[in-house]
Amino acid sequence: MSCAIHARGLTYRYPGGREALRGIDLHVGHGERVALLGPNGAGKTTFMLHLNGLITGQGGLEVAGLEVGRDTVHALRARVGLVFQDPDDQLFMPTVAEDVAFGPLNLDLDGDAVRERVAEALGAVRMRHVADRAPYQLSMGERRRVAIATVLAMHPALLVLDEPSANLDPRARRELLDVLAGIDRTMLVTTHDLPLAAELCERTLILAGGRIVADGATDDVLADEDLLAAHDLELPAGFDLERVQRRARPAGEPISPR
Amino acid sequence: MGGLCNHSLALTGIAGDPGSRVHRLDPRAKLVGLLGLTVVAVSTPLALWPVFVACAAVLAAYAAVARVRPGDLWRRVRVVLPLVLLVGLFVPFVRSGGRAYDLGPLTVHATGLGIFAAVAAKAALGTSSAALLAATTSFPDVLRGLEALRVPRLLVLIAAFMYRYLFVIVGEAGRMRWALLSRGYHPRHALHARPMGRVATAMFLRTYSRGERVYLAMLARGYRGAMPQLVPLSLARADVAFVAAVLLALVPLRVLGAAA
Repeated sequence: MSCAIHARGLTYRYPGGREALRGIDLHVGHGERVALLGPNGAGKTTFMLHLNGLITGQGGLEVAGLEVGRDTVHALRARVGLVFQDPDDQLFMPTVAEDVAFGPLNLDLDGDAVRERVAEALGAVRMRHVADRAPYQLSMGERRRVAIATVLAMHPALLVLDEPSANLDPRARRELLDVLAGIDRTMLVTTHDLPLAAELCERTLILAGGRIVADGATDDVLADEDLLAAHDLELPAGFDLERVQRRARPAGEPISPR
Repeated sequence: MGGLCNHSLALTGIAGDPGSRVHRLDPRAKLVGLLGLTVVAVSTPLALWPVFVACAAVLAAYAAVARVRPGDLWRRVRVVLPLVLLVGLFVPFVRSGGRAYDLGPLTVHATGLGIFAAVAAKAALGTSSAALLAATTSFPDVLRGLEALRVPRLLVLIAAFMYRYLFVIVGEAGRMRWALLSRGYHPRHALHARPMGRVATAMFLRTYSRGERVYLAMLARGYRGAMPQLVPLSLARADVAFVAAVLLALVPLRVLGAAA
């Protein structure tokens, strides 16, 4: 498995005929943290749904060592953790613990292994104390972190997050960043939060009109004001890219593919 | 709308002492016991009124052990009971037979009054059973119990999603209501209800698209059509004893009464 994501000429047309992806070529290596930027309607979410086989377009797509197709979807969904933008969509079980257990149980693990994974995943997002609460009793920031735990419990090789910092207050956003920085996985993060991309990801892509229009080191892409402006993106006023400290990866073993 | 719903939602969930022996019973035992009590009550004619008293005594003992205060129980029962009683309220006026009492333009018959009294007793016992079940068993546990009792999975699943998303939908409805009010919406007669219809449409569409997104999120985590279970339920001696005690207290009384 050399690549976490390997897309060749990926195109997708919605049933209504609108073209959402127009030939995506992308290679993301193991252990990379990649930010996916782009204006609304650029095709970011459509691309994310492809990574889990939830929709399938034309062209080649290999994710986490599997060619995406009808036969591989179940194995694929175990390897790719998709965190949706609205945690209320992601957390559908009556209690947090049951929700985190949903994925591992679908992997046919036995009860003890599932309980272990639930504790481990909730620990990774520092949410072990809410295991028996109902999702509606949690704050937005807490729900976001629990939503991340629900996919971490499946031990995915690749973590895909859709707008993880949307609707969070500064403190919840900081806590989320701390949690994400501590996760040792290949990561693809779609976001409008450019400072988050700068702090978390070493590589940045810009998707616009269904095509990848920029792909490079985050520092270079975000420093290119004209490029950002051309795609309706901008850094917050007064933001100094030079002073951003990229988060260190968690210490310990290097990332091991499954 | 929002205020009322939030008020009603505050009346759900556990009441009393969460560590009580009743709270700790297996949800299946509580479901079977209280359902049994309700069936006995509903099947009892007015002539066997001591059975109603026995049912009420069992419920009172249940509430006492669970330390559910009468006030808490009343606040919960009050939400449902008037609606149930409304159905029976007309019976004394339309059902003839027995002695007649004149109430101005209306006439009430003794047979009708008897039927109303029986309906009221059954309704009060049934709603109290349900309210006590809800006060002593968390909703997820009720669902687990229902599933273990072989209630069709689809129904349990629908109930689970309703419980999960009720709060989300109530929140959305409340925000839309504020949005209407903050732009000067003051309905004064029936024609002014039109914007509420639009709100209902918007709610339906939002709920529909949320359903689709939730389904995608389920598929993304390997859903294949069956809801997996983490905590297997296990029946203890206390659970069997509880069901046996409830049924032994009521069923013989009911059956012997009918025979006599």
